[in-house]
Amino acid sequence: MSCATYYTGDTYIHRLDPRPKVVATLAFSVLAALTSHPGVLVAGLILGAFLVSLARISSDALLKRLLRLNIFMLLLFILVPLTFPGEPLFMVGTLLYSYEGLMWSVIVTLKANAIVLVFAALMGTVDPFVLGHAFHHLKVPEKLTHLFMFTLRYIDVLHHEYMALIRAMKTRGFIPSMRIHTYRSYAYLTGMLIVRSLERSERVMEAMKCRGYDGEFHVVSHFHFEKRDAIFLLITSAVLVILSVAIYTNRGRLW
Amino acid sequence: MHISEGVAPIGIALAGAAIAVPCIAVGLRALRDEQIPRAALTASVLFVSTLVIRLPIGPSSVHPLLGGLAGLFLGWAAMPVFLVSLFLQALLFQFGGITTLGINTVVMGLPAVLVYYLFNGRVRKAGAGKSAFFWGMMAGVTAYLVSFVLWATALILCGKQMGPIVGIALIPNIIVAVAEGIFTGFVAAFLLRVYPSVFELSAARSKGGKR
Repeated sequence: MSCATYYTGDTYIHRLDPRPKVVATLAFSVLAALTSHPGVLVAGLILGAFLVSLARISSDALLKRLLRLNIFMLLLFILVPLTFPGEPLFMVGTLLYSYEGLMWSVIVTLKANAIVLVFAALMGTVDPFVLGHAFHHLKVPEKLTHLFMFTLRYIDVLHHEYMALIRAMKTRGFIPSMRIHTYRSYAYLTGMLIVRSLERSERVMEAMKCRGYDGEFHVVSHFHFEKRDAIFLLITSAVLVILSVAIYTNRGRLW
Repeated sequence: MHISEGVAPIGIALAGAAIAVPCIAVGLRALRDEQIPRAALTASVLFVSTLVIRLPIGPSSVHPLLGGLAGLFLGWAAMPVFLVSLFLQALLFQFGGITTLGINTVVMGLPAVLVYYLFNGRVRKAGAGKSAFFWGMMAGVTAYLVSFVLWATALILCGKQMGPIVGIALIPNIIVAVAEGIFTGFVAAFLLRVYPSVFELSAARSKGGKR
């Protein structure tokens, strides 16, 4: 289940220190959320596409991700221009399909896709556990980092437990349908998962205490900030500065 | 229920984060070091069940949100738990996104906290059987509807023009709220029979969740 990111790979992007990648993703996302300037957003989209191709992310996985996002965007394109006041492009029955509404939808779609591409290229190429490690170094509260690491660790375990339980149900002839019996069966399945996970959490805690857990995680491997990371950070900062300047000088104008 | 990536303008995104951060801090403070595995495993269960379980409704089916269930036995800890699972959903599947993480955490987490205060005591005192089911159901329905209201508010704050989307979503979501309620009711009744200490946050704090 956790193979839904693209961290297996050995490209320039994959080899980068995850800390600047996290920071760059956040900075870019804030910048993209800040602006509704189409030129800047197209530049962001190109940047995202460039990073994605640099990371050689498989197009299948990426398309799935973009599809999920753009189904909602399609809804925006259909509905928003009908209620957005502005110059009419054409009529749908008695409703106006406005140019302004269409432009608004285009901008939101550009923005969302740009952010998602950069997010996929930079955050999606970090092993999620390493990401937790990076959070630790970026001074994310300790407990939150632990919570993240533990959750990640047990998603696969619980998914396997779920598979075992559902297989047992199916062998006994369980077929989901819209009956109260189905709801009850699924509810008991979830309840059973919760019971098992709580009992497991006690065992985990005891095992950790045996090994001297005192509320702190000791990281064994460390990141190395190398020359290529400095170059990456330099280039991204430069790009972000250029984009900010473009936003600042074009305030209020569309192109 | 989430706001998609890119939809929130910076002001709304920051406002969402500004509400989320103190609530998450309260949740983390309530969570003691030795409770972290417990909270994390619960987060994993919620994450897995919301993804794999599909409740049939007519010819279609829906994923349970489990906000009510999470609230019943997590209390304030539901805030960081939802933050983590929403971040993972964005990272792994692109449900929601990085700029809307704060808003989505509020949309999912605050109703869970509310449910804890409203219904945790009632479920505990219910005694297994029908009344446990009833209060569990109330918890599920309440959390779902409050989440929906928060989601709709956030969406309209992001742009008035998204009103029609809220309108279209209204009726289906009320039906789903009922499905969610029935589901949560059964889980609550089951847990109260099988593992009642799950609802006792303070007892779990001192004895590590032992019955």
